[in-house]
Amino acid sequence: MPPPRPRPRRRGLPPLARFLIRRILMAVLLAWGITLVTFVLTNLVPGDPVAANLGQRALGDPAIVAQWRAEHGLDKPLWEQYVLHLQGVVQGDLGMSQQSHRPVSEDLAEYVPATLELAGAAILVSLVLGVAFGVVAALRRDRLSDHVLRVLSLVGISVPTFWLALVAFYVFFYRLQITPGSGRVDPALGAPPGVTGLQTVDALLAGRWDIFTSAVGHLITPALVLALYTIGLLTRFTRSAVLEVLGQDYVRAARAKGLPGRTILLRYVLRSALVPIITVAGLAFGSLLSGTVLVEAIFAWPGIGQYAYKSATSLDLPAVMGVGLVVGVVYLAINLIVDVLYGVIDPRVRLQ
Amino acid sequence: MTLTITDLKVSIGGKDILRGVDLSLQEGRVHGLAGESGSGKTMTGLAVLGLLPHGARVTGSVALGGRELLTLPHKELNRVRGGEVAMVFQDPATSLHPMLTIGRQLTEHMRHHLGVGKGEARARAVELLGKVRIPGAQEAYGRYPHQFSGGMRQRIAIAIALACSPKVLIADEPTTALDVTVQAGVLRLLRGLCDELGLAVLLVTHDLGVMSAVADEVSVMKDGLVVETGPRGRVLREPAHAYTRSLLDSLPDSSTDEGVR
Amino acid sequence: MKRDPLARKGLLRRLPEAWRQPLAVVGVVIAIVWLVVAVAAPVLAPHDPLAQDLPRLAAPGPGHWFGTDQLGRDILSRVMYGARVSIPLTVMLVALSVLIGGLLGACAGYFGKWVDETIMRVADLVFAFPTVILAMVVAAALGASLTNAVLAVLVVAWPAYARVTRGLVLGVREREFVLSGRLLGFSAWRSLRVDVLPNVTGPILVLATLDIGTALLLLSGLSFLGLGAKPPSPEWGAMVSSGVEVFDSWWVATFPGLAILTVVLAFNFLGDTLRDALDPRTARAIKERAL
Repeated sequence: MPPPRPRPRRRGLPPLARFLIRRILMAVLLAWGITLVTFVLTNLVPGDPVAANLGQRALGDPAIVAQWRAEHGLDKPLWEQYVLHLQGVVQGDLGMSQQSHRPVSEDLAEYVPATLELAGAAILVSLVLGVAFGVVAALRRDRLSDHVLRVLSLVGISVPTFWLALVAFYVFFYRLQITPGSGRVDPALGAPPGVTGLQTVDALLAGRWDIFTSAVGHLITPALVLALYTIGLLTRFTRSAVLEVLGQDYVRAARAKGLPGRTILLRYVLRSALVPIITVAGLAFGSLLSGTVLVEAIFAWPGIGQYAYKSATSLDLPAVMGVGLVVGVVYLAINLIVDVLYGVIDPRVRLQ
Repeated sequence: MTLTITDLKVSIGGKDILRGVDLSLQEGRVHGLAGESGSGKTMTGLAVLGLLPHGARVTGSVALGGRELLTLPHKELNRVRGGEVAMVFQDPATSLHPMLTIGRQLTEHMRHHLGVGKGEARARAVELLGKVRIPGAQEAYGRYPHQFSGGMRQRIAIAIALACSPKVLIADEPTTALDVTVQAGVLRLLRGLCDELGLAVLLVTHDLGVMSAVADEVSVMKDGLVVETGPRGRVLREPAHAYTRSLLDSLPDSSTDEGVR
Repeated sequence: MKRDPLARKGLLRRLPEAWRQPLAVVGVVIAIVWLVVAVAAPVLAPHDPLAQDLPRLAAPGPGHWFGTDQLGRDILSRVMYGARVSIPLTVMLVALSVLIGGLLGACAGYFGKWVDETIMRVADLVFAFPTVILAMVVAAALGASLTNAVLAVLVVAWPAYARVTRGLVLGVREREFVLSGRLLGFSAWRSLRVDVLPNVTGPILVLATLDIGTALLLLSGLSFLGLGAKPPSPEWGAMVSSGVEVFDSWWVATFPGLAILTVVLAFNFLGDTLRDALDPRTARAIKERAL
């Protein structure tokens, strides 16, 4: 009886492309679900946007109320509102914000880069520190450094972000005067010419070192405050992911082959541990986006966190929907990237 | 080149796993190590290469051609691992890294131990795959473990073990995780390689049927000690120790027939 | 899953190991201290938390050990009374999410098909949003109040339990003792209650303990944003928020924040140790495989 052959390659698109297409289709579906959810949430709830946006006197006058409702399309049936909303979204029109009296899309275009810069810096720091600490803790299991790191990471995920922001602001700016105050850059220097919207990057592109250093200085404290929780999270997950892998047969088999420790760590251990780690990294980014709401206010960072909060409390419906949509889609994109990375790292996923 | 284990004692967490094991391997001969779960047979194999679990204490002697392996400095032990003594593990589904191509897993230690270049390593790897009878060796080189069946994965694991031409091969339950229909093929392969390459093989198994098929010598372990040693024929037909007798008695009659030889 | 039907006993048997870990001890001590404070606040607190009769923004010192806020209220007393607000609410919140999420997840896992599909799709939609943002939107939409904030956190919290329970139930459902129960004539509900659920409680307990910290952070975060407790309620998050405008009187915001930190830390210590105690891999047993 001849031994069975390995399966021959199917003709057609390469498996990685097929995998990508599947994921993108699912993402589009989920994005549509997000528009539905944001719409439903902001409309089928007790809060009355009319009451939140018109003054007492105006509320008493039915004509003004009716006119306001017509202006904002609130007099049409709900499903029609949704279709209009969806049409607008696809064309990039997210309605007018009631607080700023500008198109929501303009508001978002102004605020999103600031938050991306903050969240981006925070995730970078978190990944580098969190993974490094986690690997060290796993390799030195049960030794002093492991216990110390474990306690530190537990503390990290227990600190209330909004409180830490205030404490950091007080200690580093007010008391010790090490870091500059609020905002993204020294007001005397002004913002660099906007290319990406990320002021650190733009300053570098324009060759303005002074703006760059000022921007970085302003970025450090809020980014570190934001990052503390995710550093704790990533340390813990990396540690358990690496420990799990270290106990696997293939690591023992690699040692039996006489491979040097560093090779085993990098090629065998980290490669397998990366899969759960990037899952957590995706979730961590979500929690970072959440954290910006709490942190931006204290550091006067003009990002969507602040915008979201102001819109939510003033029931500025188009703005709330716009933020919900953008945040949901960004998070979706991140998770899509994570899924794609799975396919790249783990051949079992893409070679179904 | 022979491997001699003398009075090997291992304890983990205060519990004695091996209590003075004596064993000796010769070139070109398969030495079967039999025993139930918990007898310490796997630990014996692991101890040779220094792969015992975290916190294990070892005393005794494991001598390879005059060198004492238990006290070798780490760097030299790493040279022995894979280069002079190689190991094949029980379940190829878990002992091969799922995210590396088998070509990579075949050549990485080859390049590390023997210092060969990429092209030469690949050629040797393909040749090895042919030797363990993997069809389509050229294509197989770039494939991943999950794309092969269990029996083929174990053959690949054997190829990996032989990549640096070791003198000693420790096979820890190599057929236990495989389908019965596939086991004979893998055992035949092991026997054939042993004869062809002059390997000293330590075959650890709880299955006396497997033992009777390929082993030249047999040692029986119970509770961390070797209770009986001798040529296969003699031990399996006229066991001297009561424990060996009880092991044999618990088998269905056909298992100890002359098998694959 | 390698647990046998006596998994319940396994959980109880392994708990004593957990108590002996130093982190768990610290966690339990802190939790007990806060519980005592919460229960005995009316007796322990030196002042009425709502009374505005002390000098304003006085630094910590005799008579007002945590200082006073901008309305002349004693912060120590307010922090103590805050325990009566935050802790019971958080525990109840987690209990409710476990119940609702667990039940939905168990149904999804046990009955499968369209029940499973609908519940999991809804859960996916909730997961598509970062938590604070979704909670914020829901709380704002419902109107700012502590009850609504609790509801908002409930909305974001239940899917995690649903998903975990579903996975566990799926793992247990096909086990023999469940099938034999059905053959003996157990109804689907009885089988679920008697055979499946007891084997699912361990991991859920760990998740819930760790979640108390997360829920408290979320709840106080919402209050910080003004979407939760309303003044003059001595809720910790709202207290931190009122400390923002007088941040140079550092004591106003610091002590309530420390309160949140210690409570969350206590439950995280506990939950972490519980997780280690219940996970067979990290227990110090020698694996059979190695022999």
